[in-house]
Order: sequence, then C-alpha cells, then structure tokens
Amino acid sequence: MAKATITFEDINVTVTVPAGTRVIEVSEKVGSAITYGCREGDCGTCLMKVTDGWNNLTEPSVLEDKVLRDNMAGKHNRLACQAQALGGKICVKPA
Amino acid sequence: MSAFALENTEGKPVAVALSERVHWVGAFDPDLRTFDIILKTANGTSYNAYVVRGNAGVAIIDTVKEEFADEFFARLESIADYSEITVIVLNHLEPDHTGALPELMKRAPQAQLYISQKAQSMLKGLLKQDEISFIPVLTGDTVSLGDRSLYFLHTPYLHWPDTQCTYVPEEKTLFSGDVFGCHFCDKRLFNNETGDFRFSFEYYYAHIMRPFKEYVLRALELIEPLPLKLIAPTHGPILRDRPERYIQRYRQLSSPGLHSELSPNQKTLLIFYISSYGNTRRMAEAIYKGAMQVQDVRVSLYDLEGGEVSPFVDLIEDADGLILGTPTINGDAPKPIWDLLSSLTVVNLKSKLGGVFGSYGWTGEGVRLVEDRLRGLKLRVPIPGLRVKLIPTVDEIMECEAFGLELAQELMGLRENKIINFADLA
Ligand SMILES: Cc1cc2nc3c(=O)[nH]c(=O)nc-3n(C[C@H](O)[C@H](O)[C@H](O)COP(=O)(O)O)c2cc1C
Ligand SMILES: [Fe+2]
Ligand SMILES: [Fe+2]
Repeated sequence: MAKATITFEDINVTVTVPAGTRVIEVSEKVGSAITYGCREGDCGTCLMKVTDGWNNLTEPSVLEDKVLRDNMAGKHNRLACQAQALGGKICVKPA
Repeated sequence: MSAFALENTEGKPVAVALSERVHWVGAFDPDLRTFDIILKTANGTSYNAYVVRGNAGVAIIDTVKEEFADEFFARLESIADYSEITVIVLNHLEPDHTGALPELMKRAPQAQLYISQKAQSMLKGLLKQDEISFIPVLTGDTVSLGDRSLYFLHTPYLHWPDTQCTYVPEEKTLFSGDVFGCHFCDKRLFNNETGDFRFSFEYYYAHIMRPFKEYVLRALELIEPLPLKLIAPTHGPILRDRPERYIQRYRQLSSPGLHSELSPNQKTLLIFYISSYGNTRRMAEAIYKGAMQVQDVRVSLYDLEGGEVSPFVDLIEDADGLILGTPTINGDAPKPIWDLLSSLTVVNLKSKLGGVFGSYGWTGEGVRLVEDRLRGLKLRVPIPGLRVKLIPTVDEIMECEAFGLELAQELMGLRENKIINFADLA
C-alpha cells in the first residue's frame, strides 16, 4: 500500500502512514497541538498550517473551503480532520 | 424613582431613550434562576435590544428571547413603524437574542439582515428556513442610516464563534452583545441607578468569557481605541457611567497573572494526584523528581485531597503542562479527579501538555479514561499514560522518573526528532 510521511513540526515527530490517513488521526495519537473539536469539518478547531507537501494531501472539499473562509484561514491552512495524506512528504503544525 | 417610564398610561411597555436617536426596546425576565444550564441568577435577567434612528434609516440591534417577544414589539412600536426599519443586526445568534427575529422579519420584510461572517452557517441551523437573505460583515464594514452609521467589529468567540459588536460613532455608543453584560434584572436600567451588580458582572465574565480570554484581549484591541460615551450590552445594566471602567476590568480579568513572575524561557508543570494507599502518590513523587531535572521547568506537586477545586483551576489555567495521577477505583478514576476535570471547561487548555499515570489493582481503566478526557479538553498527550500494578517496584519508580523527565523535556521542546510507524501508535 502507498505510504506517506507526516511531520508534526511542533513536537518534532514524523509518522509513516498508509495513504488515505486523515491528519487528525495521527495528530491525536502523537500528541501534536493540532487538536480537534467536532471532527466533521465544521468547527474549525483543528485548523493547521501545511508547511510542506500541500499537494500530497487530498484537495479541500467545498464544505472545507467554506469553513476555511468563514474562519478567515490564511494560505496553506487546512482542517486536519478533512485532509488525507496521499503519499510523499507532508509537514504540518498548528495554525 | 427613575426619570423614565417603562409603560405608557395604558400600561403598555414603551421604549426608553438612551439618547435622542437611540432607544432600549428590551424585556425583563425577573423569574429566571438558571441560564444556559451553567449560570445562576438571584434576580433574573434582561434581554436588551436597541433601536438606532438615522435620517435615512432605522436599525434594530438584537432582539429578545421568544417568550418575551410581545414586550419587545410593544416597546418597538412605541418608537418606530415596522415600515421604517431598514436594518436588523444580530451581534450573535444565541436564541436569547434571536427569538423574536422570525416574527420581526415577517413584520419588517424590507429590512436587511446583517450578521458576522462566522454566523452564516449557523443562521440556517437556527431559523430552519432556506433562502434567508443576509449580508455577512467583518471589522471595518459599515452601514449608513443617513446621519447615523453602524460600524462592525469582528469579535469572535465572545462567547459564540459568530459574535460581533456594533459601534455607532455619531453616538459614541457600543452595542456589545453579551460582552460587558451580566444576568441582573433591575428596571432602573442604567448602571448609575441600579443596585450593585458588580458580583453579577464578575460572575458572568468568569463563566461565559473566561474560556476565551485570548479572544477577549483581541476584541479589546478593537474596542479600547473607540471614543465611548455608553456601552449597551444585551443583558443587565446599560453602562453609561464611566463605561471605560468595565473595559479596563475585562482587560485585567483577561491578562495572565503568574506569567509575569516567570522569566520568558521558563515553563510551569503541575502534577496532581490522589491516592488511597500511597501507591499513586509514590509514582507522583518519582515523576516530580524526574521532571525537576530539566532546567527552566517549574514543577509543582499537589495532592488533590488537600485543596478546593477552584484554586487548582486557576493554577491550571496559567500552567503550561498538567500531569494527573489517578488510581482505578471500581473501574474508573475516583470522583475528585472528575470533579477537577469537569471544572476545567471555564478555562482554555488548548495545546497545553498533558500526561496521566496511576496505580491499579486488576483492570486499571482510570488512566486511559483520564487520558481520553484530557484529549477531549484539547490538551496534547504525546506520551502514553504510565500504569503500575499495585505497589511500584524500584524499577517502576525509575520508570516514573523517566516519565517525568520525558514530559518535562517535551514541555521544553527538547525531545529529539522521532520517526514512528503509524501501526505502532497505540
Ligand atoms: C474500593 C476499591 C475499588 C477498586 N476497584 C478497582 C478496579 O475496578 N480496577 C482496578 O484496576 N483496581 C481497582 N482497585 C485497586 C486500586 O486501583 C489499587 O489498590 C491501587 O494500587 C490503588 O492505588 P493508590 O494507593 O494510589 O490509591 C480498587 C481498590 C479499592 C480500594
Ligand atoms: Fe449569548
Ligand atoms: Fe445572551
């Protein structure tokens, strides 16, 4: 199965994950400060900054795009509960 | 006796003037004792709504709880005709201020609705109708009423995500929503005429605004520069006598205390435990010892049984890390642990470091349950909980020391880059 690596820059931890893994699943387990609220892409709690490998994540859905806009998220921001790793190298940290 | 009448000669509720162009059209709820489940009030509350009149339009700012709509509409009718209303502003969408909105929209269908950017997705959930027309606004957006105007301030999370405040520069008046409000019902209406409501003001802040201190400070950056004659909140007294004092109080209440005594590179780590036979306590002491080895970490160790919950909550609010020690009693962490945990919703814990440990006899669920709770409270819990069966051995005590050391290093960002396989994560 395809693999990706996600690096959580705030805690200096890199995790090798199967493709399709949502960032929040990993973040929660390793204890990064990217924490969650609703887990459904609505509340914006899990907002994170993607510092590397933006294209190695699934594209934001229409809903996520809207939530990002409502929360006035900056460029390179995603919701950790929505973004799934596709492959390659991804670096994230809390927004 | 007040200088204004709340009713006309026929006993019908009427509007109260705050100025020639601004009127209060709210309602009193003297029988309320519990608000939003979490708040008590000994004399009820008020739902304050306001009308601002310009020479080219009339704005309604917030409404009231649904049961009080008649009182609101009666007061409104005493001062404006529905056909004159051009603007409705909702400073947040909570039902205690939007309850009369659907009816108001029916009576004044021409009025344009202004809500904050963040309120858009909530409006649907609230009104349960599609096709509601509204204009989302942000800080700096304005609406003209001719010789009066509305200026919006985006003040999210005070106390709902969609909260905004509305300022009328020509009146030097801030319509602050729940900010600077309190549950206090006094028909004398103005802060220099009502009874002493300071306790309600403080209590309201402590339960409603405190979890969002960071956001309060951001909002104050927008509010403090405004020339102000009057603050008109949605509950409790209207602040016309020295309104700036209430702004200063919000700043005081929202500014961290302890941090000023720490040098910038220091961090605080609190260890709380509870223990029936001293086993969890032995672990706690070893963890304390381990954590103390890391420079610049100020570690403190406390027995939960030796204190009240509320000062511990204050400590935790200002700390950088929190480690909890709990035995397992009847398949769970004991009640004092949960009492502490259930009291932490009034403070912001996001991204603080968390850790859990404890002694157990045969099942040991306590530690896992508390770890899950800490994650639920949005702490980060990077190191799996440490459990010891009954009395810790010498080796286990050393494990505890290592656990404390590791957590303290984690707190200071000293842990080396780790590469983990997802499948190996617990
Ligand atoms: C009333 C009582 C109920 C207990 N229930 C459990 C339990 O359900 N599961 C478990 O693992 N241990 C249970 N224990 C065992 C304790 O967790 C164990 O004695 C532990 O070492 C106590 O640590 P302490 O000395 O720090 O309190 C129970 C102990 C008592 C006294
Ligand atoms: Fe509210
Ligand atoms: Fe309210």
